[in-house]
Amino acid sequence: MNQPPISEQELHAYADGRLEAARRVQVEAWLDDRPELRQTVADWRIQNERLHGAFDPVLDEAVPARLMAAGRASPALPLHLAAAVAWLTVGGLLGFLLRDQLSPAPTASASLPRQAALAHAVFSPEVRHPVEVGAAEEAHLVAWLSKRLGAELKPPRLAAQGFDLVGGRLLSGEAGPVAQFMYQDGRGQRLTLYVRHDAQVASETSFRYARENGIGVFYWLDGRLGYALSGEMDKAELLHVATAVYRQLNP
Amino acid sequence: MGRQDIVAEIPRLRRYARALTGDAARADDLVQDTLERALGKWALWRPGNLRAWLFSIMHNLFVNQARRAGAVDYPGDEALPELPMRASQADAIELRDLAGCLARLPAEQREVLLLVGLEDLSYEDTAKILGLPLGTVMSRLSRGRQRLRSLLSGADAAEPHLKAVK
Repeated sequence: MNQPPISEQELHAYADGRLEAARRVQVEAWLDDRPELRQTVADWRIQNERLHGAFDPVLDEAVPARLMAAGRASPALPLHLAAAVAWLTVGGLLGFLLRDQLSPAPTASASLPRQAALAHAVFSPEVRHPVEVGAAEEAHLVAWLSKRLGAELKPPRLAAQGFDLVGGRLLSGEAGPVAQFMYQDGRGQRLTLYVRHDAQVASETSFRYARENGIGVFYWLDGRLGYALSGEMDKAELLHVATAVYRQLNP
Repeated sequence: MGRQDIVAEIPRLRRYARALTGDAARADDLVQDTLERALGKWALWRPGNLRAWLFSIMHNLFVNQARRAGAVDYPGDEALPELPMRASQADAIELRDLAGCLARLPAEQREVLLLVGLEDLSYEDTAKILGLPLGTVMSRLSRGRQRLRSLLSGADAAEPHLKAVK
């Protein structure tokens, strides 16, 4: 019989079922005379079968949600960039909706309710990560935010008004760090208290109300701190809570 | 080709990663990193073999992670002992299953063995994915299969046999 000699690569191809029929017959005949090698090649094939037996069930598992999310993210942008763009879009849309309130040029106190409403709109719908530090670590949260703002902060207790502290986070404001405390009531309704530290002592200290795209904001200045309480509720209801906040901060 | 095609590859990426790492959570982390890297590099992808491209991304991540963690030696073929050490009695329990034997293969042999034997990729695609000449792929396949054979036979021999007790 005239046939090319059989290489080891062909033996692997035989075990992997990748030989053409004619060559396969030749390899089989050749192996018939070499029982030990024949057993080796059979074992290779069994290895493949055992691999499929052990790991094919993974193909039938439900794909974890985090992997589906990673696979479905917009291909044009890396995931973290895509997330950042989504947030900027929220900000841009709010800015557009609020443009009328922005003219004439905003004063320091006028920008406070807008910034607070924006931060409220961005973070209050967050289901899984509404805050950076939860209320369970309140002492740490307060110490951290106080240090970053350079002022002693004290999140008010609003249990009497039906709201519990969820936690808080550090934000970047126009003039530096800003603290946001979040509260939630039994129905899942959320309030945020936005606190910023201004460079200058405010000349005006009056208690004001603004409505920014469906979000009510009571805000006031107290020394170098500016406070804004935001919530998607009617003015009277929000005033009730804002009054409690104000009283606790100015006993 | 779009992201639906990437999503369709996820089960196969998971199967390969599971066999490669031997750990479900670590495998899914590797898949997630692969998907994120693929989408980040999407603009660089040219129409062709999407599956092979994804596997090559996973290979690079796996090798880098393994090097960083120092968990896996990645020496050349020549640096590896020709025959596995004889399994001790204590090793026998770990060796009993296929996954335990796979874990004892050098990572570079394990990759070739799995891409060919489990993922059914051609030898040429496997070479492209791993960035190796075809000859190196075949020699690693050969060594990997030999070694897995020894490990499995050691494991099978170590199966406890029931004895009739009077």
